[in-house]
Amino acid sequence: MTTANQSANLGALERYRNNFLKEVEANVEEGHMVKMCMQCGVCAGSCPFGPHWEHSPQKIFMMIRAGKRDEVLGSDSMFMCTSCYNCMVRCPRELPITHIMHGLANYAHRLGIAPKGQPTREFATLFWNNAIKKGRVNELTLTLRHYFRGGLVSGIKEAMAMQSIGLGLFLAKRLNPMEIFGGHGVKDLKGFHAIIAKAKEIEDRKKGFTA
Amino acid sequence: MADNKFAAYICSGCGIGDAMKVPQLEAIAKKEGKMAIVKSHPFLCNAEGVQMIRDDIANEAVTHVCIGACSRRAKTEAFQFEGVAMSRANLREGVLWVVAAGKDHDEVRQEMAADYIRMGCAEVKKMTPPAGNTKESSSKRILVVGGGMSGMTAALEIAAAGYEAVLVEKTGALGGMAAQLWKRQPFKEPYAAAQETGVAEMAAKIAANPKIKLHLNTTIAETSGAPGRFAVKLAQESGAVSEETVGAIVQATGFTTYDMAKLPELGGGQPNVVDQAGLEALAMATKGGAIKRADGKEVKSVVFVQCAGQRDETGTHLSYCSGHCCGTSIKQATYFKDQNPEIDTVVMYQDLRVPGMGEDFYRSAQERGVIFTKGKASTVTGGDSCNVTFKDLILDEESTIATDLVVLATGQVPNAGVDLEAWNPVVTAAEGGNEEAKIQRDAMRTTSVLKLNYRQGPDVPQFKHGFADSHFICFPYETRRTGIYAAGPVRRPMDILQATDDATGAALKAIQAVENAAVGRAAHPRSGDLSFPTARLEGCTQCKRCTVECPFGAIDEDEKRFPVFNEERCRRCGTCMGACPVRVISFENYSCDTVGSQVKAVEVPDEDEEKPRILVLACENDAYPALDMAGMARINYSAFVRVIPVRCLGSVNTIWITDALNAGYDGVMMMGCKKGDEYQCHFVKGSELAHYRMSKIGDTLTQLGLEPERVQTQEVAITDNARVVKLINDYVAELEKLGPSPMKGFG
Amino acid sequence: MAKKEYAFYPGCSSQLKASASNYLVSTNSMCKSLDIKLTEIPDWNCCGASVGYCEGGELPRMAINARNFAQAETHLPGQDIVATCAACWLGARESKERLDGSAQLMKETNEALAAAGLHYSGGANVRHMVEVLIEDFGYDGLKAPMKKSLEGIKFAGYVGCQTNRPFGIDGESFENPLYLDKMVETLGGEALTKYEQKVTCCGGALAFSEPEKSQKQIRDIVESAYDHGAEMIVTPCPLCQANVEVYQSEINKKQGTKFNMPVLYYSQLMTIAYGGSAKDAGLNGQLIRAEKLEKIAGK
Repeated sequence: MTTANQSANLGALERYRNNFLKEVEANVEEGHMVKMCMQCGVCAGSCPFGPHWEHSPQKIFMMIRAGKRDEVLGSDSMFMCTSCYNCMVRCPRELPITHIMHGLANYAHRLGIAPKGQPTREFATLFWNNAIKKGRVNELTLTLRHYFRGGLVSGIKEAMAMQSIGLGLFLAKRLNPMEIFGGHGVKDLKGFHAIIAKAKEIEDRKKGFTA
Repeated sequence: MADNKFAAYICSGCGIGDAMKVPQLEAIAKKEGKMAIVKSHPFLCNAEGVQMIRDDIANEAVTHVCIGACSRRAKTEAFQFEGVAMSRANLREGVLWVVAAGKDHDEVRQEMAADYIRMGCAEVKKMTPPAGNTKESSSKRILVVGGGMSGMTAALEIAAAGYEAVLVEKTGALGGMAAQLWKRQPFKEPYAAAQETGVAEMAAKIAANPKIKLHLNTTIAETSGAPGRFAVKLAQESGAVSEETVGAIVQATGFTTYDMAKLPELGGGQPNVVDQAGLEALAMATKGGAIKRADGKEVKSVVFVQCAGQRDETGTHLSYCSGHCCGTSIKQATYFKDQNPEIDTVVMYQDLRVPGMGEDFYRSAQERGVIFTKGKASTVTGGDSCNVTFKDLILDEESTIATDLVVLATGQVPNAGVDLEAWNPVVTAAEGGNEEAKIQRDAMRTTSVLKLNYRQGPDVPQFKHGFADSHFICFPYETRRTGIYAAGPVRRPMDILQATDDATGAALKAIQAVENAAVGRAAHPRSGDLSFPTARLEGCTQCKRCTVECPFGAIDEDEKRFPVFNEERCRRCGTCMGACPVRVISFENYSCDTVGSQVKAVEVPDEDEEKPRILVLACENDAYPALDMAGMARINYSAFVRVIPVRCLGSVNTIWITDALNAGYDGVMMMGCKKGDEYQCHFVKGSELAHYRMSKIGDTLTQLGLEPERVQTQEVAITDNARVVKLINDYVAELEKLGPSPMKGFG
Repeated sequence: MAKKEYAFYPGCSSQLKASASNYLVSTNSMCKSLDIKLTEIPDWNCCGASVGYCEGGELPRMAINARNFAQAETHLPGQDIVATCAACWLGARESKERLDGSAQLMKETNEALAAAGLHYSGGANVRHMVEVLIEDFGYDGLKAPMKKSLEGIKFAGYVGCQTNRPFGIDGESFENPLYLDKMVETLGGEALTKYEQKVTCCGGALAFSEPEKSQKQIRDIVESAYDHGAEMIVTPCPLCQANVEVYQSEINKKQGTKFNMPVLYYSQLMTIAYGGSAKDAGLNGQLIRAEKLEKIAGK
């Protein structure tokens, strides 16, 4: 595993120092709680996607404290979060684990070092952009864009595979093909976009991102 | 005997009268039990029933009373008659509630009840009400050995309770280890920051307290006597010797840190590697300023290595956890963070253990940015930049941290004096004339703390890992030397807060001890017992079994090696009585005769009646209550057993076993407490001794032509009410398979 | 009983011809029977949902939720905001609590809202429809309008994640919330209280991005319902409903199972019990038809 070897080469002087922890505290949503983890592992045992990720929240928190910046921000484990909040309600130290995972994923994504092509990273980006475009989610374009994210050929394949479901939803009046031409949205779209732009500007300024 | 008048009172309440023929029991008490007065009552424990007995004592000069009613553990307030010897025949918990109901069992139930009446009458006739032994002068002063946090607390608590304390400290100042600390772990809300130790204030209070007599630069030269009359010779550094008379002793001699020179792989002895005491010294030097290393360099990064030389499974270092070290390292980490939050501070632990409110302190250190990492250090190299190589147990990888300073959490080694397990063989050899052993003995004696001149050695026994004795399950401050109480880290590893609690507890126990000694009362578990053992020395063979086996070192030897009983040290367990091969030791109300006469009083049916008889000797502390509770739960057991409560299995004399087998009993079962390291024996060693003695009884049985299965020894806990029943019933079944005892009819 | 009024936050999925449109239809019918007046928050917007974290970040999510609060405060003063969607409720309530707890965030959020001439003063009270039913009506109150019993139908109460964690319904445990079972029993149905997948995650938004992993979750949820003898699954969450219903055919195709378990909203059950038609309850919106319910509706 390359990541472990890289860290071994980092040199003892950089290990278990507060630098990365401080960075996380400053820039990651709820990052100030990372230091409070007591390493019990209840989160790791509570995650429905536990079998699918390399680093449990417990490990992520320890890696942050051990100064493993590249491994943490390059990990795809945070993107495995289904937002079920099971870890969070069980944490005896009351760490907002779900929020920290989201925050770390967002931070890694914004820095551009999150894993490329990570499906949830891509879908989540699609979702947000879809939602803010009109102020409300357009389920049809969201779904189509998701299926076509890998290009036309694989998109047709995935869309065909899910065709019967789409047809079923359409017949059940729960999917509207006309949405492709617009669909629901907020009326004061200009104001809505202005709010988001301002919020983003403030956040970027605080966390030192260049817009 | 002329003045003795015996009476039996049988209760027919609680259903006894419905299930048993009470008039027949009365007739047995009268005819076989030879009771002068026999009465029954439908509700003996009510005011009227009790008054009936009181009237007979007052008007008929009754001196001995046998109560045939409930267990001796029930209605103890009702059946309490001053100056009168009393036995209790257990018809309710022991018969009514355990023998199966219904007509089919009427016969065996009645036989069982009749035997218990016979036994109760036989027992009471052999009893004398204990006269007690009030002392004319008994010291109520209390000696506290050790002037650290525990000792100072004990002395202040003793004084606060109105007693006089004599505080002995070997160094020139009070405070012990605590005086070497910059701060102590928080012991008050919000448990978030280290606090002042308060040593100076305590020392000042002691100096100003007229009830505390302080001896600095002083050690103990000799301790003799017993509770209420300890004579303690105190040796001052100058060579002067003085003597203090005290009634009890609190030993608070604390601990020494484990020598880190024994940990070279963790950098012990190398520059910039210190133990926790060493870090305190560095912190003391700057008094809240930036902590500097020995070479004067300011510390910018520090790693604490927990469990250094502790919880060791290889047998090389301490095998136990010292309890305080996680909290101490957390505290020391805050020394750095509070002075400069930029200092990288890592606590490397395997399991973080922070008892009490330590969890809050742990959190507060995390909030300060102390990094806690679960890891096991393998090597530490000292020097200008120390390297700690360890396995990160969460990330599952080897790692190395470079740091300015390493602190090893090395743990506590008790200052408990001489290990008696090592002492005894040396003394035996020395007494046998071995010159080398004599030199060794004298050398060992100089390391003693208390320098007791007891036959069993100069210090209190040690239990585990060299810590001073403590009855871990019931009486934590209690050593096996009555009137001597261990408190603080000499007893088990602990922090200051626990030590002060401990010292308070021990001080109260010491006060109890001086009060008990003054009126000749036993300490627990036979609290208030006024009986004490006496020996008919004309029959004594000077075999020394009693002096060796007494769990409490209560018996010394005179020049002729006759036993010298120190009543005030005695706990009244009767282990000496059980040990004595010539049966010359007895209590007024408990003797070879009081039990032996019960064994003989039972009517053993002939072989052809197919009614076996099994004697159960049950420890009154756990086994007998368990049997009572089986009764309360209405769990049936065989009506062929006859149960006699004993003070401790240690008090069981083999004569009772041979008497029973000679009388034609089919088996004898002994029920005592758990023995061994996790013992539950209230007298610590009684159960163990009984097991040992019974392991030797096989030869005797073979000589009698009896199978070894006819004598069994069981360990029973007080919660074992269902299990005791199974033990009994299984044993009865086993004996039925074995067939009747061949001794029947010869008795 | 006096009419109860709430500021309604239906959320994207409950809109006309969206994936949870039947939730909206049945909610409207249910509220009519309970004499609840729901007024949509004027020009409400998306909550950002949990999965919005990646691109959205913290403050933009707070800000768009605060926009809804500001609208409600201005146009529906004094009314509690009520969401039917678990994610909407969670996103809104999380934002509200974060804003309440941090003057700094509140200040920054209002700075953003000012860009559209809005202001949030912190007065919004965000609730889930289930909270309204249980706390403002109570189980007895929910029983009052009943015209039909759901007797004879066995329901696996699938609570899922976000109506249960991290906030949940007051007085319920995270590991074994009982309210859905109690609602089923109130309506005369048989609640399978031993159903052990009641708070298992269906995969949420990851049903799209990690279909294999999510479908394993969904399979467990449906399979256990069958194991306990369920005839239908009932849930309070639109994403749970969609994932657990929609992917059954996929799972059947890939894994050879024969799942055909109807998945309904509590609001559909209540509509039927209150005498509503299959159409009132949005039963025509089921991919897997709930025939037993349709039969009761037709009686």
